[in-house]
Amino acid sequence: MEGFRDGTPIGLGYFVVGFSLGIVAKYVGLSPLQGFILSFLNNASAGEYAAFMVIKSDAPYFEIALMTLVANARYALMSTVLSQKFSPDTPFYHRIFVGFDVTDEIFGISIARSGRWLNPFYNYGAMLTALPGWSLGTACGIIAWYFFSPSLLSALSVALYGMFLAVIIPPARKDKIIGGAVVVSFLLSLLATEFFPEVSAGNRTIILTILIAGAAAILFPVHEEDNK
Amino acid sequence: MTHDINIYILVASAVTLAIKILPLTLIRGEIKNVTIRSFLHYVPYVTLAVMTFPAIIYATQSQISGGLALVAGIVAAWFGASLFKVALLCCSVVFVTELFV
Repeated sequence: MEGFRDGTPIGLGYFVVGFSLGIVAKYVGLSPLQGFILSFLNNASAGEYAAFMVIKSDAPYFEIALMTLVANARYALMSTVLSQKFSPDTPFYHRIFVGFDVTDEIFGISIARSGRWLNPFYNYGAMLTALPGWSLGTACGIIAWYFFSPSLLSALSVALYGMFLAVIIPPARKDKIIGGAVVVSFLLSLLATEFFPEVSAGNRTIILTILIAGAAAILFPVHEEDNK
Repeated sequence: MTHDINIYILVASAVTLAIKILPLTLIRGEIKNVTIRSFLHYVPYVTLAVMTFPAIIYATQSQISGGLALVAGIVAAWFGASLFKVALLCCSVVFVTELFV
């Protein structure tokens, strides 16, 4: 299964993400089971982190809904992109199950698939490692957050970024506009981090994505034939 | 703690799943508008780029090791290394660098 193969590094990386989330989860008072369930259902690092912050401040329930909505808004975009990768005769339940585990990385590898239509079983293969990796990672982080030495944790923390690079760099090399968009994204993200440190990482991602991708879409509209 | 953690988890999960599942299930046909299609085409690259940099530099114990991992990852991905290899290379670069920094 290609999805399982491509999902394996994701699952490993997610274990680390889950693990570090588990440390925060433990701090705000979640049990290993609660951490497992939250991670299994959400699979969203920024979203879960935001949720932990709300739980910690003991805020009203609507606040966790609002925070989760903002922190996870980009998944609505990804889900919309994926809706275009499904052949119109794909059964309804496949759309629900694929939607269940839309994450940055699974989205990344599914849109990187060649061919017009996406096979949902590719996603299921990736989910087979991603879901347990993330949720067991969280549970383990809560149970034994002293397992890893700081230097090992530090090294593992860049695994996810390495995966991101593997997704964006090859198309950036092939397509000048995507390459330009990536360079602009790096620059603006750095500037935003330097000059607006009070804007959360999640919001920075949302705002810059809409600005940069929007500008690229208006300046360099993609026509079907260039897309192939 | 006056609020129930289980209800927090329930609310957060319901919102997340709605965000992920609703567009996929409600948008059945193809979107024809060229600007929207182009926007959706660029979104993933921009999002992942924004999330990677400068975050990769601050994720590690020293900014030097994160920076080196970024350069190594870009070079490896440029020459077509797989997802797993790029990730492994970045981790190794950080681990080795931090032995010396």
